[in-house]
Parts: sequence; structure tokens; C-alpha cells
Amino acid sequence: MSEILLQIDGREVKAREGITILAAAQNVGISIPTLCCHEKLEPYGACRMCTVEAEVRGWTKLVAACLYPVEQDLVVRTRSEKVDKTRKMILELLLAHAPHSMELQDLAKEYGADKDRFEKEASFCIHCGLCVRYCAEVKKKNALGFVDRGTRREISFIPEIAARECWNCKECFPLCPTSALQASFVLTEALISLSPSSEPESEE
Amino acid sequence: MKNDKIDRIIDKHGCEPSSLIQILLEIQSENHWLPKEALEKVSKKLKVPLSRIQHIATFYKAFSLVPKGRHEIHICMGTACHVRGAPRVLDTVKDLTGIKPGETDLDLKFSLETVNCLGCCALGPVMEVDGKHHGRMVPAMTADVLRNYD
Amino acid sequence: MARINSPAELEELRKGILSKRDPNKRCITLCSGSACHASSSEEVAVSIEEEIKKQGLSAEVDFRKTGCHGFCERGPIIVIHPEEICYLQIEPEDVPEIVSQTIKENKVIERLLYTDPSTDEKIIHESEIPFYKNQERLVFGSNGNIDPKSIDDYLALGGYSALAKALSRMTSGQVLEEVKKSNLRGRGGGGFPTGRKWEESRNAPGEIKYVIVNADEGDPGAYMDRSLLEGNPHSILEGLTIGAYAIGSHEGYIYVRQEYPLAVENVTIAIKKAEEYGFLGKNILGSGFDFTIKVHQGAGAFVCGESSALMTALEGRAGEPRPKYIHTAVKGVWDRPSVLNNVETWANVPLIINKGADWFTQIGTEKSKGTKIFSLVGKINHTGLVEVPMGITLRDIIYGIGGGIPGGKRFKAVQTGGPSGGCIPEELLDLKVGFDELTKAGSMMGSGGMIVMDEDTCMVDVARYFLDFLTDESCGKCVPCREGMRQMLKILTNITKGKGKEGDIELLEELSEVAGDASLCALGRTAPNPFLSTLRYFRDEYEAHIREKRCPACSCKELISYYIDPVECKACMACLRKCPSEAIVGGKNLIHVIDQDKCTKCGTCFEVCPPRFAAAKKISGEPVPSPIPLEARVIVRESKEK
Repeated sequence: MSEILLQIDGREVKAREGITILAAAQNVGISIPTLCCHEKLEPYGACRMCTVEAEVRGWTKLVAACLYPVEQDLVVRTRSEKVDKTRKMILELLLAHAPHSMELQDLAKEYGADKDRFEKEASFCIHCGLCVRYCAEVKKKNALGFVDRGTRREISFIPEIAARECWNCKECFPLCPTSALQASFVLTEALISLSPSSEPESEE
Repeated sequence: MKNDKIDRIIDKHGCEPSSLIQILLEIQSENHWLPKEALEKVSKKLKVPLSRIQHIATFYKAFSLVPKGRHEIHICMGTACHVRGAPRVLDTVKDLTGIKPGETDLDLKFSLETVNCLGCCALGPVMEVDGKHHGRMVPAMTADVLRNYD
Repeated sequence: MARINSPAELEELRKGILSKRDPNKRCITLCSGSACHASSSEEVAVSIEEEIKKQGLSAEVDFRKTGCHGFCERGPIIVIHPEEICYLQIEPEDVPEIVSQTIKENKVIERLLYTDPSTDEKIIHESEIPFYKNQERLVFGSNGNIDPKSIDDYLALGGYSALAKALSRMTSGQVLEEVKKSNLRGRGGGGFPTGRKWEESRNAPGEIKYVIVNADEGDPGAYMDRSLLEGNPHSILEGLTIGAYAIGSHEGYIYVRQEYPLAVENVTIAIKKAEEYGFLGKNILGSGFDFTIKVHQGAGAFVCGESSALMTALEGRAGEPRPKYIHTAVKGVWDRPSVLNNVETWANVPLIINKGADWFTQIGTEKSKGTKIFSLVGKINHTGLVEVPMGITLRDIIYGIGGGIPGGKRFKAVQTGGPSGGCIPEELLDLKVGFDELTKAGSMMGSGGMIVMDEDTCMVDVARYFLDFLTDESCGKCVPCREGMRQMLKILTNITKGKGKEGDIELLEELSEVAGDASLCALGRTAPNPFLSTLRYFRDEYEAHIREKRCPACSCKELISYYIDPVECKACMACLRKCPSEAIVGGKNLIHVIDQDKCTKCGTCFEVCPPRFAAAKKISGEPVPSPIPLEARVIVRESKEK
């Protein structure tokens, strides 16, 4: 693997070919905000909080740092007017769903995001996908997944699998940026809708 | 739907994860909906997690997880039909049937769906019932068309 | 049918087919494309078959059901060869007369001919009808002469000669160079240089490579791909095979949207026939090149027209797009090099190989070579599919070929590029159509949908319509698209309902910027285009909706009222009888009045009021005048009689 030389926020950074801008930045102590990233999971690229400016051969574009591979002579700016504007809007859009999320609130302070910019939405899932991906990639149980698409997309538990696996696991709960509420809320719903003939759980 | 029928469909398309959508399309076409048992069977045979099948069955408009009515009404809401007044046709059909797009009435008589272009723009607005196209629709004509179906 | 094992055998076969065909023999062709099918062309077909038999003409007259002819507004269409007599809007009842008069007695039936609206002249020959005369139907023209279920028809027109030439007289590198030289750009949306895409795949590491036909055609109002695939499937198979040869791929996929059952059927038949004849499979035409094609159906998702989402769907998953930081030409289906091109792009390839890149570059403009098939739909007299050279003006397409706007209404805008495109206003009608020109005007070429809009179309509603479409079709994975459009749709819907407020336009612009900059895929990045382009050219409409609660086009239901002008109303009862909500009060000699509380704004009264009275009106932004007193509504007939 050859070594790439790029620039991040004015600093010369050496990086191994094939790694992402996010990883290269983290290696030199430059932090880029993320919501859908987790060290145990494949990069997802859904929250777009890690959007940065990347300039190559004179052309500047906005890219997701968690997915964009490092390039020789790439010039990266992790903060700029455009970048900050983008992150602020993303936060405001998500705060309409989960105004009480600590993670969102902390970021909102840094970027000047207003949690009341948009009217409150009914669903408090921000679609970071951490719960779904953790269950699929780490636990390999696939007890929950996404359903539907567009503005109707939601997470959904498979009641039979959840009944078997979730009570003794619950490892996805602390991952949820909107606090465990969403996950457990939906889980309870799913379990309640089970017919009496399915497997009983060991706890009450 | 009979188990062996599902087996037949799976074998016909090849028992691989990449054939998943083709298999579900055929089950949908024969059965008019995808019962949970069918999805579980496909999940087991193709060794694909049920959560992924659930995502696919809800992501794509071709699939229905609930039984459909005897007659499927599709109203084209493509841009050309829209510009020629399709929304008013849709409103009238909603009033006549009592259901909204995506729903089936309680007698399981009509299912209503909007589609995003049937490719018959010259005939717009178009209302398709059970595959038959009714072109140049205006709200006043809808009742006459639907009256023919029981 | 014995396999064809060499180019020489192919030419023998072709000669044999042509020798059995008499160009002077009478042949009736009937358009059986999906739109004509919906207009009962099947019944016409049955009628023709029966009538030919009945009149004992089975030996003298051939009958061919062909693909789409393009003049969809006037279907079903019959063309009688060799004279090329073109009859329009045929019904089964017309058939006996056609057979006895035209076929038997060589008499032309005037009432079935095209009438020029300005000169009243009757036009007999298909190619002289203005709709066709002003086109250049290089790709689409063959549709009228081919029965899509027959391979012999395609061979009779020279089909598969390009493949034979490529495989036997050119190296794969030379084929690639020819396509590069032609400057062919993608006909599905982005307009990316096709040769460059092929080259990237050819040079990418990996033994297994794929070539894919994108026949998802999700843009509402665009149906040219459907007509090409239904009407001339072999042209796409030939183009795909040539491309596979150039790239080094041995597996091809045709991804067809499931809403096109006839296209799926015809392309599946074509593949079987091609395999029988040896144009697909192992050692094609003795060249040593192997290639197979599989058909894969879509399942109802517009986003699957996006190349990376399509490839994800081919893998059997939900069609969520992937970032294309590494081009799919390098890492596509199963992370293997994959070339995806649109149906029309592939259909151009045999022409380029047969006639050469130099011939191709003579057509079109400097940056946009060749022709483009547009679906001309909406508020237009001649709805249909038109193929024109790049560089033609919008005015020539809409008026010269399209016949202008029906009902004498004023042209307002033409929407191109589907949900990723924009609206082009009257002042830009002389724009020369091309990839870059359309993009500069705030729209894009897209797949070639051209939706014409007139003075009755509300441009704010057009933006709302596209946002509504996209919020349903978005995959929903990334925040800028899913949440950005959620909020944009809310605001636009409120504006069309009279609930818009100051600051809405600015907020919409801000949301547009974020979605445009930070979305994961092109669907999200181009989602704001319909709003941005309508704002650019029709800002006054937005402001009227927000500040005056008025819809200038009198279209937005919540902002309009239907009103019967008592001065014009002649109490003919037409609207009273048809009103589905029984909201009209009046009688035989009593001027009609609409009960605004009962009115559902369906527009029926407006449509049925006789044009000579034109009493039913739409008003917006002003209160409905109170009904005149009952006594004043009585019409005294005697004094009004002449």
C-alpha cells in the first residue's frame, strides 16, 4: 500500500492509500463530527455531518469524509462557511425529530443550530442506522431493519427474532443518539403485537 | 399460497440472493400479495435475513403485504397527466371509492394506487383498471367507468 | 433454425430473407405500441386479419403489427406500403372500407388522412406529415417496419451487420475508439461521454465485467425507451453486444421496469431468437467472443434508475444508491467493473459502427452529437415521440413538430429532464437543444421528457408536484434529501394552499442549497432543481401565492373559486346536470349560481359550459361576488329571442 500525501486544514498529512479522509484526519487528531459512524461498523454515509470541502486539481467539491478515499495532493477543509452552513442545517432538520438528544444538542451549540427552526415531527428516529447495522454486522441477528422509503422510511423489529434475542442483548440501545427511547419504544410495540402462540420471553 | 408453488418459483429463478426481487415479483404476480409465510420461506431458502426481505417488500411499490381488492385501480400521476388534470380525477375516485391511494376498501372490491407514468401520455389523464386503460379521463367520467366493475 | 456461424452466413441469410420479400407487395403496418394498444389497436388488428381473409386477399396482402410509430396523439395508426399511405385514429369499423377501397381499388380515404390545420390540405404520405417531416428518425424510424417479435424483419433492414463488422473486421480497441471518436453522450440523464465510460471499464482491473441496459425509465412523461425496447429490441441487443466486445464483458443485464410488461415480453423473445440464431451465446458469428444477456425486472422504484441504485437492485437488495467516489465503471455490480448505459445510448451504437463516427459527428452540435428522441407530452397538440438532431430549437420542436398548444392557449414553459430538471420559459424558446445549453438554462437533457405547459399551469404547483414525487421516491437514507425535501414539500404545499408566509422563499433556497451540496446521490442533489428553475423564471407566481393568496394560473384548488358570471349565463343547465356535488342552483330560465359551500372545485362546470357562453369562470385572489337577487336571475326568453 503506497503512502499518500494530502493536506487537511492547512496541515500536511501522510496517509495509507485506501483509507478515508475521516480516518486520516482522526490519525492526526483532527476531529470531524459524525452521527452515523461507529468503529465496529462499515461506514454508512447517511448523516452527512462529516461533509468537508475537498479540492483536487483546482475543483472544490463537498464530500462525505467517512467514505471519500484519500488522494495524492488532496486539499481538505474540515471547516468553512459552506461546511458549517451544511452541518447547521442538517442539525436543524434532525432536531425537528429529536430535540432532546444530547448528542444533537452538543453539536447544535457548536454550529449555532436552532432546534425550533422546523416544526416538530412525529417520529424521533434520525436514521443513523446504528441499531440496524450493529444488529446485522456485529450481532449478526438481523432482529431489526429499515422499512419503506423516502419520508416514510422507519426502523422495524422482526417480532419473532426480537422476542428471542433482544431482551438478553439490548446492545443497540446505548448506540441510539436520540437516547434509548426510540429503540425500546419500537421494540415494546413489536413484542406486544405478538400472538400468544409464539415463544414466551424468559423475563415477565 | 402453497409451499411447493413457492419452491417452484425459487428454483426457477435460481436459489441465489440476487434473484430475490425476481422471485418476490413472481409470487406477488401469482398471489396478488406477499403473505408473511411466503417471505419467511424465501428467507430460509435463500439464506437472506428476513429484515432485508422486509425492507425490499416495503421499499418497492410493486409489492403488497396485505391482500388486494378484486379490482386494481391505477391512476397515472405522471407529469403529463398531472398537467392535464389528473389530481382532480384522483380526488373524484377517492370520493367514489372511499379509499386513498395505497388502500383497499372493506369489501376487498377496489384497491387504489397512483402510478408515476404508464407511458400513454397521449391519452392523459389515464386511469387503468385491471390492466385496461381508460384515457382522456375527466372527473365526470369516473363514476361510469367504475360502475362496470363488481 | 440453424445457427449462423460467420458473417458470410449472415449475409447469405439476409439475402435469402430479402429475396422472399417483394418490396412492391402490399403491406399493412399497424402501430401496436403500448399507447396505441391502450387505444384498442388490438381490436383493429383482429379486424384487419379478419377482413383480409374475408376478402380473399391473404396471398396478396401482408399484415405487420409494429412497434410505436411515435405519433401517439393520433393512434391507432396504419401505414399502407409500398405507397406509404398513412391513416390515423383508426377504429375497427374503418377496416372493411380500408381493405376494399384502398387495398383493392387503390382509392385513398380522405377522412382518415392527416389534415394540415393551417391549409386544410390532406396529406397522404407518412413522411410528408409535418410531425414526421421535421424529424430525423435515425434510431426510431425502423420501428414502423419491424414486427418486434420477429428477428427476420430486423435482419431485412440490415440488422446485426454492425455486430458482424465489429467482431470480424475490428479489434475491441478499434470499436472503443470509434465510439469515443463519435462523442456519443449518454441519453439517459447525465450526458456522460459514453466512450470514456467504456474505456474506464475496459482498463479497470478484473476478469469479470458487466454491461447493463438501464430501461428503468422512471421520469414521468418519458416513454421513448419503452417504445424502443418494445418496438426494436434487437437494436439494443446488438448495441449491447458490441459494447460488451469493446469492454471485455461476457455478461449483460437488461434492467426493465416492471410497469412495462410488453417491453419485458418483447426483449425476452428477442433474446431467445438471438440465441437461436447465434447472435448471443458462445463463439458469436465464429469470432470466439462469448456473451449472454439476462433480463431483470424492476419492482417500482424511481430511484433504481440511478446507476448505483440499479446495480444494488441487481444484487437483490433495496435500491439505495451508493457514493460514486469510485466510479461504478470501476466498482459496480458485486464491486466489479460495470458499464451502465441508457436504452437509447445502446441503440445508437450499431449505427455508429456501421456508418462510422465521422458520419455521426456531422449530426448535431459541437458538444452534443447525433439525434435525441424526446417524448413531447402535456399541453401539446401532437403528443408523441420525436427524434431530432441536437441543435434544433425548442420552438421548432414544440410548434414545428408538436403543432403548438391546444385550445389556442398561450405557451408558458416546457419542463425537461424529469424530476431532476427544470422549466424553460417562453423567452428561451429559441434555445438550441443540447446537453450543456439545457443545463445552463437551469434544466437538463435528462432522458428526454418534454412536458409542455400552458397559461393554466401553476408553476408553484409544478415545483410542489415534483417535490411530492421525490419525497415518495427518495430512498430515504441521507438527511439532506429525506429531511430537506420533507420540509420543502411542507412549505410548498402550504404556499399552494394560501398558507405561505414571508421568508418561505429564502428558507426553500437554503434547503435547496444543502440538498444540492450534501446529498448522497444525484437524485437528492438535483431534487431542488424544479423549485429553483421555477423560482428563477416565475418568481412573480410565488410572490402572488404568498403575498396576495392568489394563484395567477387559477389552478391551486384552495386559492380559486368557481363562479358563474350572471351576465354570460344562459341557464342551459349543462353544468347543473353534471355537477357531482349538486352544488349549482338554478333552472331552465334561472341563471345558475354555485353554492360555494358545496363546491368541491372539481372543475366540471368550467369544462362543460358551452364555449359560446363561457359563463363558468375561475377566480383567484378576490372574493366571490355575492349572487345577484333571485328576481334578477330570471331570464325572460321572449325578449332575448332574435
